[in-house]
Amino acid sequence: MTDMVPKISLKGLRKTFGPKVVLDSVDLEVMPGESMVIIGGSGSGKSVTLKCILGLLIADGGSIKIDGQEMIGISNSDRREILTKFGMLFQGAALFDSLPVWENVAFGLLAQRLYNRTDAKEIAIEKLRRVGLSPDVGSLSPAELSGGMQKRVGLARAIAANPDIIFFDEPTTGLDPIMSDVINELIVECVKDVGATAVTITHDMSSVRKIADNVAMIYHGNIIWTGPKNKIDHSGSDYIDQFINGKAEGPIKMEILKG
Amino acid sequence: MNFLAVIGRVAISFLQAAGKIGLFAVSGITHMLTPPYYPRELFRQMINIGYYSLPVVGLTTLFTGAALAVNIYEGSSRFNAESTLPTIVVIGIVRELGPTLCGLIVAGRVSASMAAELGTMRVTEQIDALVTLSTDPFKYLIAPRILATLIMMPLMLVVVADTIGVLGGYLLATSKLGFNSGNYMKSTIDFLETIDVMASLTKATVFGFFIALMGCYHGFNTRGGAQGVGISTTNAVVSACIMILLSNYVVTEMFFSS
Repeated sequence: MTDMVPKISLKGLRKTFGPKVVLDSVDLEVMPGESMVIIGGSGSGKSVTLKCILGLLIADGGSIKIDGQEMIGISNSDRREILTKFGMLFQGAALFDSLPVWENVAFGLLAQRLYNRTDAKEIAIEKLRRVGLSPDVGSLSPAELSGGMQKRVGLARAIAANPDIIFFDEPTTGLDPIMSDVINELIVECVKDVGATAVTITHDMSSVRKIADNVAMIYHGNIIWTGPKNKIDHSGSDYIDQFINGKAEGPIKMEILKG
Repeated sequence: MNFLAVIGRVAISFLQAAGKIGLFAVSGITHMLTPPYYPRELFRQMINIGYYSLPVVGLTTLFTGAALAVNIYEGSSRFNAESTLPTIVVIGIVRELGPTLCGLIVAGRVSASMAAELGTMRVTEQIDALVTLSTDPFKYLIAPRILATLIMMPLMLVVVADTIGVLGGYLLATSKLGFNSGNYMKSTIDFLETIDVMASLTKATVFGFFIALMGCYHGFNTRGGAQGVGISTTNAVVSACIMILLSNYVVTEMFFSS
């Protein structure tokens, strides 16, 4: 038994869109320094869970605690304060195309008035170097970068303010297998470097095996299995077996509209 | 019965939209007045909205002023009242055509640009990214756009539109219609009153507010992908133009109805 307060604690988290129940009752705990990967098929509620934690969507019920502090119902200023602990790598990188790369990386530092522009630029260049990009990339526009480079810049932005918790939304989607492995390696290294807790959502099993300490599987808005990465192949769950082996036959029924 | 239900649904959705736009406007103004401020972003928007709109605004009002002079000359010559041309041109341009044409052109250029930019930011999760970087999208995106339009419409664009519109009439009248340059300028200045300029600048401010509000509201609330951005852009321009024409009548009534 440990008395350690979970970094993230979800209890009975519920979210609906009209009549559609996307999150039924999600229970999940992520301990400090842990790398939790949430897996699940398309439309299972992975992204909605992440958006509820970040406050981008308002949960209909349940509890979301960060470092023991309840997030549901807090004021916007308190939420912004807590958001300073977060870093986030978006699926499509979500770089601001009106700003050069270095300003994208330094955006959080400048927004929080932590550094002046000269110092923030130095930190941004250092973070770019950390993700394998040369300093001259800093002056380019995001539109001039390849998909893999955009992901790296997104990762540099996520770690720029040395956050306590980093979220990764489908970090390898749209990348070739080699670039996916490079990004996975960088994620592991960067998370270790800043000593952060990491929550990743993905359906890429190679990412899971590379990034995860623990894995949670979400299905129909509920967490149906949680355990360490090395037990995923012998979980005893037909759902997990079907998912990790990518079989069409099994208990998981994909919602496919037939013409 | 179905017909009544359709009317009811349309009325309810119209009121809902009006309420949402009203709340958006209040929120935008509140964020504009309270810190933190983003002067760099404000300056960028002022350049984009004001400076880059100057050529199209200037060209449009130059030719409109010239066309107005031709029409007034032709019409007034039927009553041997050609000498009223400078007065009618300056009043027509300053009170009505300068601000309204400028508003409609800027609505087409700026409302569309705001809706498309913010809509694309919405569908590519850039607005979500702002939130995760502890930045209020209303303060960073909406407030500078509204403020920049409120500053640039009256202080730069409509002043330029009015001046160039009058100049268009002057150039045409002195070069083709045989007007004396000095007399034309004297008539223009003598008959232009402070209230005309006040009305013009008030219209510019009101139009600027609606241009920014509609561009920001529709862009910020974009749903879906490329099609959603297209719909938002169209809605922004159409609603901004309608609001400009509607508020033009209201402001004109306020200033000149008596």
